[in-house]
Amino acid sequence: MTTNGVPAIEVADLHKSFGHVEVLKGIDLTVDTGQVVCVIGPSGSGKSTLLRCVNRLEEPTSGKILVEGIDILDPEVDLDRVRARIGMVFQQFNLFPHLTVLRNLTIAQQRVLGRDKDEAAEVARHNLDRVGVGEKIDAYPAHLSGGQQQRVAIARSLSMNPDMMLFDEPTSALDPELVGDVLDVMRDLAHSGMTMMVVTHEMGFAREVGDDLIFMDDGAVVESGNPRDVLGEPQHERTRAFLSKVL
Amino acid sequence: MRKTTKRRLGRGALYLIFIAAVLLLILLADWATLQENFFQIDVAREQLPEMITVAAKNTVLFTLIAFAGGLLLGILLALMKLSPIPPYRWVATGYIELFRGLPALLTIFGMAYALPIAFQVNIPGGAVGAGLLALIMVAGAYMAEVIRAGIQGVPKGQAEAARSLGMPAGRTMVSIILPQAFRIVIPPMTNEFVLLIKDTSLLFIAGSTLATREITTFARDSVVTSANATPLMMAAMLYLLITVPLTRVVAILERRMARSR
Repeated sequence: MTTNGVPAIEVADLHKSFGHVEVLKGIDLTVDTGQVVCVIGPSGSGKSTLLRCVNRLEEPTSGKILVEGIDILDPEVDLDRVRARIGMVFQQFNLFPHLTVLRNLTIAQQRVLGRDKDEAAEVARHNLDRVGVGEKIDAYPAHLSGGQQQRVAIARSLSMNPDMMLFDEPTSALDPELVGDVLDVMRDLAHSGMTMMVVTHEMGFAREVGDDLIFMDDGAVVESGNPRDVLGEPQHERTRAFLSKVL
Repeated sequence: MRKTTKRRLGRGALYLIFIAAVLLLILLADWATLQENFFQIDVAREQLPEMITVAAKNTVLFTLIAFAGGLLLGILLALMKLSPIPPYRWVATGYIELFRGLPALLTIFGMAYALPIAFQVNIPGGAVGAGLLALIMVAGAYMAEVIRAGIQGVPKGQAEAARSLGMPAGRTMVSIILPQAFRIVIPPMTNEFVLLIKDTSLLFIAGSTLATREITTFARDSVVTSANATPLMMAAMLYLLITVPLTRVVAILERRMARSR
């Protein structure tokens, strides 16, 4: 938790290829502790791949990724321990369908953090209340709406007491009327000081909550900076072209 | 004539033909001979209680042993086939191709006779033990493919979510992937189980003692001693008494699991 001076996430000259296709062409970025960084860009720009490299769900081809100063590409690194400190929220929620909401939230607490059953349940209850789905604790994921599932997924990550959270298009699979509930939870999280890296199409959220905005296209960072500046007065033609389509 | 009337008459004619055929069969059949040869109460009485206490018990017991062993072997082979390390995949693929390609009868015979003679090994449990081991080997090959398909049927996001929470690969497989894979494979595994019930009848080739006879061997012996086919009919009914309720129970189980999904 104490990361005095060390950025939460530091990415340097990151390259990633799938076969002959290079999807990340040298990415540099820094996310400081407590910062909310939003990543936008057209589909296929590599923004999800970038996010997935940060907890090594994707194996980078070359480059450097430091999480709280730890080189996560070092073969010696205990990846499971690093991952336990990085919450990840997916577009498709990825709740465990064979487990109740409570068990979804406690299984990793018990198996990874070694918490006992009661303590894990207590943490789970607290986080479910925090995201507003406390009454669904005994339900199975299939019986929840998409918005509820995504909030449970956020609570599942929070139950690990992560130092930072990654969001991979968390509202893209939701019905429009359910997007607001999830964004509210994310906004509260940001205001509580959580370090967040968010791949999103929600420009309103990026403008209002983001400390930093990164626009990616074709595997590279085209422009970045204060969200109001990037969204208000984009400097690059590609950024302007993209924003004119989505805004 | 109106179209609906015509259709109704057509259906009526089909029913009539069916009833006529059934009546004809009943009239033509030699009921006395049929009963004499296939349903003789005296012969049936002689089969009891051993046909149930020994033969049916053995069939169920052998099936359970072969299924449990085959399941463990199948999981192991499926995991090997999905391994990132090529030699494991090669071994698993070779094994599966071999034992799916050979007749089970040949494998049982080989394990019961060829192997003990060639290598002077004694398989625990004697002939039945060797036969069961062969059944496990064959069942494992079939189940491996079913389980592999089940594991691959679990969405990739499930493993990603578990790994993101810091769960190691093995724990992810045991707690997250396999439980979901097993739900997917319940219908094909039921099939495997029913096939195994019937395959236990192949164990006769390994040779059996009075105490290790299963339903088919028992019935065959009785047909010879009584010179009557009644034991065969009883054997058929016993198999159906085992398999039909089993598939019903699995169907109920499946419906209950679907509710939690």
